[in-house]
Amino acid sequence: MKPQSKTRFKPMPERSENQHVILRVVAKLLIPLIAVYGLYVHFHGDYGPGGGFQAGVIFASSIILYALIFGLDEAKRVVPPSWIRIIMSLGVLVFGGTGVATWLLGGEYLNYTMFAPDSTHAAGQHWGIFAVEIGVLLTVTSVILAIFYAFGSRGGSRRGSHSPNPVDGDKS
Amino acid sequence: MNFLTPAFILDVGLLAMLVVVAFAVVRLRSLFAIVMLQGVYSLISAAWFVSLDAVDVAFTEAAVGAGISTVLMLGAMLLTEREVKPVPMRRQWAPLFIVVITGMAMFYAIGDMPVFGDPNSIANATLGVEYVEATKSQIIIPNVVSAVLASYRGYDTFGETVVVFVAGLGIVLLLGLNGNAGKWRAKPNGQDVSQIGAEDAS
Repeated sequence: MKPQSKTRFKPMPERSENQHVILRVVAKLLIPLIAVYGLYVHFHGDYGPGGGFQAGVIFASSIILYALIFGLDEAKRVVPPSWIRIIMSLGVLVFGGTGVATWLLGGEYLNYTMFAPDSTHAAGQHWGIFAVEIGVLLTVTSVILAIFYAFGSRGGSRRGSHSPNPVDGDKS
Repeated sequence: MNFLTPAFILDVGLLAMLVVVAFAVVRLRSLFAIVMLQGVYSLISAAWFVSLDAVDVAFTEAAVGAGISTVLMLGAMLLTEREVKPVPMRRQWAPLFIVVITGMAMFYAIGDMPVFGDPNSIANATLGVEYVEATKSQIIIPNVVSAVLASYRGYDTFGETVVVFVAGLGIVLLLGLNGNAGKWRAKPNGQDVSQIGAEDAS
């Protein structure tokens, strides 16, 4: 890459207090609505379109909107990157653990009927689908945030000066 | 004029818009406009999926295609140039040849595909009907898609979740959550590895 391309874009101001007032006010109104809509899509997945995957994407987009308006550092205070690594693996663990739980209860892997074998309205299946969708929601939300943080932080680091040992200064 | 139903006109209109957007993406040079048009492309396909009664797919396409990937592509675009350099025509003959051959093969395969909504096609006649029927008594939830995804095809969904997890893992390993990729240097015996490579090269 050519050397002048590194300095071609002016650095953004750290926190623009007076700029973008309309954006900030509208975002403050919209972000909780988007988050609640994501949870609605998740818990309503049995009755309408949607489920863990779509809900995870919508929930992550509410945090991404927060990061776009208020800055990446503010978003990292809300959802720290150290959480993301844990939540990412926790989701897969919840999904796989549901299968292991049905295993231990005497059924096949991911045979949710074992949670309530005597139920007449398939309560075991409902619990199983609920648990599995929670796992999908956790993994998808955190992976999308991880990708966004990775790309967004890289843009920020390129703007900064090249310090000799920048890794020590990074909070993780 | 029996085939000119509103749904048919809507489908043709949406597909025509998709073709127009695709040509615009190919012809444009500004990366920002291309990323925005890709979002438009996803939104139009989502509308088309709704017209085909595939609401879950449309939902996913609108959320992922039009929402998240546009943001991620914008973030990636900030790290690189903002204009595409034009590729000389002599380097485009091989890709054009491959695209034409693939397109002809796909058009050839259309003849073997079942008619849209054909109740006797394999996808609709055998296992699909069984799932739709069995969901009423075995899962007892109204959305059959959720029942198939989470219960009947639980293994597949588990695999998908692991794929998403591995994608995130790869991103975190390659780029780092704080964007510190490329700054960490391996220093075996206190010696900078990248410096050794630089001396060999010079």
